[in-house]
Amino acid sequence: MARNLINARFGTSLAAMAALALLGANPAFAERDPAYAAAREAGQVGERVDGYLGYVGPASPALRAVVEDINIKRKAVYAQKAQANNATLEEYALTSGCVLIMQTKPGEKYQGPDGSWQTRTAAAPLRDSRCP
Amino acid sequence: MTRSHNPATIRCMNNSAGNQRLGRGQWPVAVLPLALMMGGCITVKAPDKPIVIELNINIKQEVIYRLAADAAQTIDKNSEIF
Repeated sequence: MARNLINARFGTSLAAMAALALLGANPAFAERDPAYAAAREAGQVGERVDGYLGYVGPASPALRAVVEDINIKRKAVYAQKAQANNATLEEYALTSGCVLIMQTKPGEKYQGPDGSWQTRTAAAPLRDSRCP
Repeated sequence: MTRSHNPATIRCMNNSAGNQRLGRGQWPVAVLPLALMMGGCITVKAPDKPIVIELNINIKQEVIYRLAADAAQTIDKNSEIF
């Protein structure tokens, strides 16, 4: 049903497709904030090794607000899950960082083990040696 | 933290080497601690600079392996913030 609906909408026009991509029409996933998604795609923000988002270059106040908001929410989730797993916040966050860096798509930014910003390629990302 | 002690130690040694160059016998013993205090020991500011990654060194690989599956699940379920 959902797929048919999406296909039907996609068939209408390219503009509709672009609008869907921006607004996030896929019902299966909760979508990223459009500003965050755009910044991520543009390489303005990247995944840090510690499980949080970082700025690759200078960031506008608007972008900062979005990213800080996400990092606060991430921290809350990490804290809750860390407690449930008898781990520390830092342990859970770093583990998440391993997973998140692995999940980056080609072109997106991530932090290498030395702290430098890297652009994800088709190859496996450079990760901490402890990452699974 | 451990690493940052090394430069401080080296600077202290450099200072005492400098004192020796001025003539060891001419310096009263009481001046030596003062000279060390006025030397590099106090002005070293390297430890003030936080190294973020250093904090994570204490986290062991086995812990990360234990948490990895749960973390992946958490990321999937909260995809709007990841």
